[in-house]
Amino acid sequence: MMAALICVVSLAAFLQFFVSYCRSILASTHGIDLSENVREVTGIENAGVVADDFARLLQLLHLCSDGGQDRTEIRAIGTYYSLLRILGRMSHSIIPSVSAWVEQERRSCSYFAAVALDRRIANSRDLLNRQFDSGC
Amino acid sequence: MLGPFDYAFWVGSFLLEVFVVVCMIYRRVFFRHLPVNIYMSCMALVNCGQYASIREFGFYSSQYAYFYFYTDGLMMILMFLVIIHFYEQVFIEMHVGSYIRGAAMLLLAATALFSALVIHEHQEHFTGKFIGEFSQNIYFVGLVLTYLLWGAVLKLRETRAQLVQFILALGIYFSGTAGTYALQNLFPSLWLIVLHWLPGVMGLWLPAAWLYTIAKVPEEARLATAPLAVGAR
Repeated sequence: MMAALICVVSLAAFLQFFVSYCRSILASTHGIDLSENVREVTGIENAGVVADDFARLLQLLHLCSDGGQDRTEIRAIGTYYSLLRILGRMSHSIIPSVSAWVEQERRSCSYFAAVALDRRIANSRDLLNRQFDSGC
Repeated sequence: MLGPFDYAFWVGSFLLEVFVVVCMIYRRVFFRHLPVNIYMSCMALVNCGQYASIREFGFYSSQYAYFYFYTDGLMMILMFLVIIHFYEQVFIEMHVGSYIRGAAMLLLAATALFSALVIHEHQEHFTGKFIGEFSQNIYFVGLVLTYLLWGAVLKLRETRAQLVQFILALGIYFSGTAGTYALQNLFPSLWLIVLHWLPGVMGLWLPAAWLYTIAKVPEEARLATAPLAVGAR
């Protein structure tokens, strides 16, 4: 009885802490506007990033050199996104309110990936400019 | 015997624990988070001791079992000191450090007394089931303390990103470990199939998450904690 109670409470607490932890990583990109460059590259319209953009943005991130600075965060958010996708599929027809919450979280993940891509593009351009300047 | 994954978890957690301490020294915050550093250093030493104990006596020896569970108990006491440290950080502006320390010492003494009584009661049959139940309860106490701390963080609108991530990582560690031991007690047959990996994973998680926080999150970084709660939009 005691073990069952601890198991249920621990699982509930684990989910709460895990979601809050992932949100604390996502929070680092809140309020950052996407540049025209990244909008152009990704085809993101004024309406903003949508939840399903994440996989495409991740592919673009892999194409862009990084120096390993944000790899850990992207991997962590990738895991969070995958779990959300599973939860979204399971809750789609059963609990619509959870489904809506999942959609919003997935959109935050996609926005995080777009900001990371923006940073990488800016870094690459900066590096290219410096190389060009030193070559001249 | 131990497999390659067990050794990987072992070496990985040892290296991460050492990196946490090195990173804290490098960032010049060693003394600011002294209990965290003491815990990580002792954990690295315990890992070495466990390895030596297995080499000397074998994985299934009673010497290793006693070493494992006694050091686990000692590490929990150090972990309580880490939690007290985070409580002090959260309540720093309220100047209630002495009350927190007093309450924590009382709790620690009560936990130690309870543990001594339980062990005394079961010393004739120091079995795997008893150990599993005991670990489950001790980690659950840690989870409750961390959960209360997280509640205080949300209530007081704590904004220090490093502190928030330290506490959340600790919450994941305690809930994962307590849940694993509870599942072991409910379904003992699952232990050998899947559950015995989970304490190792949690042992990797905590130093990895704290290392990430120290290395990547700037000390002056701030975040709004209200939107981090699960129900928040």
